Amino acid sequence: MKTYRKNSALAIAALAAFLITTGCHHKQAPAPEAPAPPPAEAAPAPTASITVTPDTINPGQSAALNWTSTNATDVSIDGIGAVETSGTKTVSPAETTTYHLVARGNGGSTDATATLTVAAPPPPPPVAPEALTESEFEQNVKPIFFDFDAYTIRPDAQSVIAQDASFLQSHPTAKILIAGYCDERGSEEYNLALGQNRANSAKTALTQAGVDASRIRTISYGKEKQFCTEHNESCWQQNRRAQFSLDQ
Amino acid sequence: MEASPSFASKQAVRLLLSFLFLATALASAQDWVRTGTNLGAQKIRLAAADFKMIGNDAALSNAQLTFNQVLFSDLTNAGIFDMVSKSMAPPAMPGSPQEIDLAQWNAPPANAAMVAFGSISVQNGRVIVFGWLFDAKNTQSAQVLGQQYNETLTPDTARHIAHEFADAIIARLGGGINGIAESKIFYISDRSGNKEVWEMDYDGANQQQITHIDSICLSPRISPDGQRLAFDELNSRGGNIRIYSMGLRRLVSFPIHDGTDYSPAWSPDGNSLAFSSSRSGDPEIWISSVAGFGLHRITAYRGPDVSPVFNPKTGDQIAWISGRTGLPQVYIMSSDGTNVQRLTDGGYATSVSWSPNGQLLAFAWSRNYGPGAPGGQDIYVMDIASRRWEQLTHDIGRTDFPSWSPDGRHIVFQRTVHGHSEIWTMLADGTGQQALTTVGNGRMPNWSWK
Repeated sequence: MKTYRKNSALAIAALAAFLITTGCHHKQAPAPEAPAPPPAEAAPAPTASITVTPDTINPGQSAALNWTSTNATDVSIDGIGAVETSGTKTVSPAETTTYHLVARGNGGSTDATATLTVAAPPPPPPVAPEALTESEFEQNVKPIFFDFDAYTIRPDAQSVIAQDASFLQSHPTAKILIAGYCDERGSEEYNLALGQNRANSAKTALTQAGVDASRIRTISYGKEKQFCTEHNESCWQQNRRAQFSLDQ
Repeated sequence: MEASPSFASKQAVRLLLSFLFLATALASAQDWVRTGTNLGAQKIRLAAADFKMIGNDAALSNAQLTFNQVLFSDLTNAGIFDMVSKSMAPPAMPGSPQEIDLAQWNAPPANAAMVAFGSISVQNGRVIVFGWLFDAKNTQSAQVLGQQYNETLTPDTARHIAHEFADAIIARLGGGINGIAESKIFYISDRSGNKEVWEMDYDGANQQQITHIDSICLSPRISPDGQRLAFDELNSRGGNIRIYSMGLRRLVSFPIHDGTDYSPAWSPDGNSLAFSSSRSGDPEIWISSVAGFGLHRITAYRGPDVSPVFNPKTGDQIAWISGRTGLPQVYIMSSDGTNVQRLTDGGYATSVSWSPNGQLLAFAWSRNYGPGAPGGQDIYVMDIASRRWEQLTHDIGRTDFPSWSPDGRHIVFQRTVHGHSEIWTMLADGTGQQALTTVGNGRMPNWSWK
């Protein structure tokens, strides 16, 4: 076999080199030059290279695969199959791929690889900017108003709750404080409880609209804080409310 | 149906009896409030002579002036005396039993049945008072009371001794019920800029700030022993029950929950607090020990439940305000939550207070409540056993937060006119109304237990 012959020639050469090297220390008479073995009659080993340009793409983009080889009789690329000994091919893999080229020839075989990196999809934009300010919150999350001595959600408050809930769901890290308020009439202590019922009703409505209850805290200010201080019904209506604010 | 003679006569007797009963009931109905509050149907005609100054200490003149004013005021405020006005009284200052001419006091225009008199002196930094109460009609054995006081001189000593002597007279002539001259009233005032708890004497003297919380303080309730003050603090964290030690002059521990606790109330043994809490969702009445242990809920009905108060006589009942049927009404129940009874039949009823003898409730009521409805919010008292009620305030603005005095003869309340609130007192029959505060807004008064 050619391979065997080549190997034995190498072994002889190595042995000769070993003997020459160790012999140097003895300053003995040089041994008669062993006749160099005749060069083995061997076919040249194949060479191959493969590149991909560019080496990084985004999903859906393509890249050019270039390969060359010498002394090869058949060349194949894993996943593509048998190819010309040299050539180009456009590839568009969905994910990062290593192209493994194997070249075989009379002088043996060799291989080469090229890796095409497919970038991961871009990360989603950062969620719920923590920079949500109180004024942004108040512009988007409107209060709801209640009837006299009542804490049930009125029909006209349903659409407000829906919009409030939508905004709050798009800012899922924002914590919500719901404060119940009452008008100036009635008794202070009873109005604290009534305001608490109003805050609770608003919380229930938001929760039913999909806002996570664990984000919500409720308190009541009763009639201790007023938005409007005149003594008439339009003012009283302003004060009968559930007010939403950013819970710090 | 044919009636036998004996049956007919029985029926007649029954009719007669029921008629008599009805007549008696009608007659006493007019006085049931005065009876229930121990104010009595008849007032004793009492004169209080100016006390005689003995000696010439520099502090004596002021002390005597204060003493005379406070004694007369305390006896007037007691509600059980028909006081002889100073202008009707003889211009005499008897300093001892030897110096009094009882006939002079018993004669017109004074017509006094009883006379209080005595002397006051200041010696070596002490105030010494001898006080007597004489029966003006019983010249043989006139002395009803003889008291001696000897106390270190301070700016408040003359006032203090006058309170003690007045209370001694009231206890003797008022059926053994102790006077209230040394009781305190706790209330909310905003005169410092924030709603803080303040304290004053029962007559409005010595007003002083207790808390310095810098948020909103509400619903002050003094403990039965007067040592601890429970109240509600409202801030951005919500409403929480706080307890302030009157001795330590600082807040002491009570568990803070989700910021949904309101309106504390002491049990008469001082061991438990009832309050309104929304920790389970809906505002309900809860009870725990003063240390916060043994927390349990005693109401479970949708709607506001708030403002509990224990029956101070027995401790085994609670009155409170519930909006379970709509507008708030007065209810009572056993303190384990059973035997719920609604007491008011409509309108808007809040702020219930239980009288010391356990028989009466005082509360604020708008009988015609609603947008545009006529009628104001007034103080009412109700006899629990009979459900009879009587209106105590009329057309003096919006009145709220009645609180009984320890003798059950007085009620302190909040009066609001054009958005401005002051603390007022009156006798428990609605007479003798007078303002105790004049500065800032005074709200939510609570009378001490003794």
